[in-house]
Amino acid sequence: MGFLDQRFENSNIVVTSLENLLNWARLSSLFQMQFGLACCAIEMMAASASHFDIMRFGVIPRATPRQTDVMIVAGTVTLKMASRIKRLYDQMPEPRYVISMGSCSNCGGPYWEHGYHVLKGVDRVIPVDVYVPGCPPRPEALLEGIMKLQEKVRKETLVKKKA
Amino acid sequence: MLTEFGSILVFFLLGIVFVAGGLIGSWILRPHRPYPEKLAPYECGEEPVGNAWVRFNVRFYVIALIFLIFEVEVVFLFPWALVYKEMGMVAFLEMAVFLAILIVGYVYVWAKGDLDWDKPRPEVPVVSQVAPTMTASRTEHVPA
Amino acid sequence: MTAQEIHDSLKAKFGEAVLEAKLDAPQPWIKVDPQQLYDAAVFLRETADLAFDYCSCVSGVDYNDGKLGAVYHLFSMVHKHKIVIKAIVPKETPHVRSTADVWAGANWHEREAFDMVGIVFDGHPDLRRILTPDDYPGHPLRKDFQVPEFYNGMKVPY
Repeated sequence: MGFLDQRFENSNIVVTSLENLLNWARLSSLFQMQFGLACCAIEMMAASASHFDIMRFGVIPRATPRQTDVMIVAGTVTLKMASRIKRLYDQMPEPRYVISMGSCSNCGGPYWEHGYHVLKGVDRVIPVDVYVPGCPPRPEALLEGIMKLQEKVRKETLVKKKA
Repeated sequence: MLTEFGSILVFFLLGIVFVAGGLIGSWILRPHRPYPEKLAPYECGEEPVGNAWVRFNVRFYVIALIFLIFEVEVVFLFPWALVYKEMGMVAFLEMAVFLAILIVGYVYVWAKGDLDWDKPRPEVPVVSQVAPTMTASRTEHVPA
Repeated sequence: MTAQEIHDSLKAKFGEAVLEAKLDAPQPWIKVDPQQLYDAAVFLRETADLAFDYCSCVSGVDYNDGKLGAVYHLFSMVHKHKIVIKAIVPKETPHVRSTADVWAGANWHEREAFDMVGIVFDGHPDLRRILTPDDYPGHPLRKDFQVPEFYNGMKVPY
């Protein structure tokens, strides 16, 4: 029932040890919801292949949002697709994170000026944790984005946030 | 120190503790924040349409029924195998009779076709030809 | 057959429906009266010498002078020649008879021309938007199109 989810008032040795354990477990197995939309999907596939191998970071692609921790939005987000992205993000269980990969999902990319059907950045519909710049970003850049997300997960806390 | 059945009981209880421990542990640890959009059925991002309960094929029922019967037969084979060495020829003949009766049933089920996983007859799509093909019209001219 | 011969045989059959032609362009084109476009399409496909059985593209064009155009790029697998047929319609009543039952490839291209420029293809089996969402305001590739400020709560411009 989420007894531990941000219920503690102040941190002590037990809470911090538990935080370390939980965060380490979560960052080592960030199951990915493969969401390749356009050319960045090719680079995401290249990162998943044997040369760059995203699986050694614990990132396994799952097709359904119900079993995933992170959604990597790779590619141009059109207005038609944006409502689906929102719905799929809603269907992911907490704790959930979003990596925006590539220029189009960061800010609209090359279509920022004249795009009539492009959503200028996927952060207009869902909250993004890590932005990976590039058009398309190299697989190593995506791996660095995942490592930055792992740093962010490492700093999460079970202590109730003070106002 | 423990009887044979005692060790099975310990094994059974440990199995329950192992599974329950994992489930209860994750129930304690995971966040619980439901809201309607999260609980909606998954349909690849679209609005869910129609019923999630679909009718599945009756072949599954037939196969499961036959499996159950022969599974019980195999369960009887296990204790028989344990005492076979002490009992000798009598055990062998009794089990042969038992198996023969069941094999008759198996052959009947097989011959009747209940074990076949029927494949649907492939439906060849009928394409409506609006314009005649080139081989036909190569010899005709469009009437003026 | 050369573009000139194609033009001549089309003109022999349809006379005044063949409006204009530019046969020395890199892609020779023939302008056809949109009322007769369907009959011309059937003729181009069925005649043994012409045999245009492959419609590689249908484009919608906004000519910025109050006219829209449907441009058909045709190719013949039998004779290996090609031609471009244009049908120009006014922007107020942009109706053209659909050639989706003459060339199967024209089906989706006509849906795209309808979506982007707004040419209505009468008799099309399933004329609805194909690229933009069904409730998108306007036809994007028209010259007088304004990008909507908000669509379904999302801000569209940068």
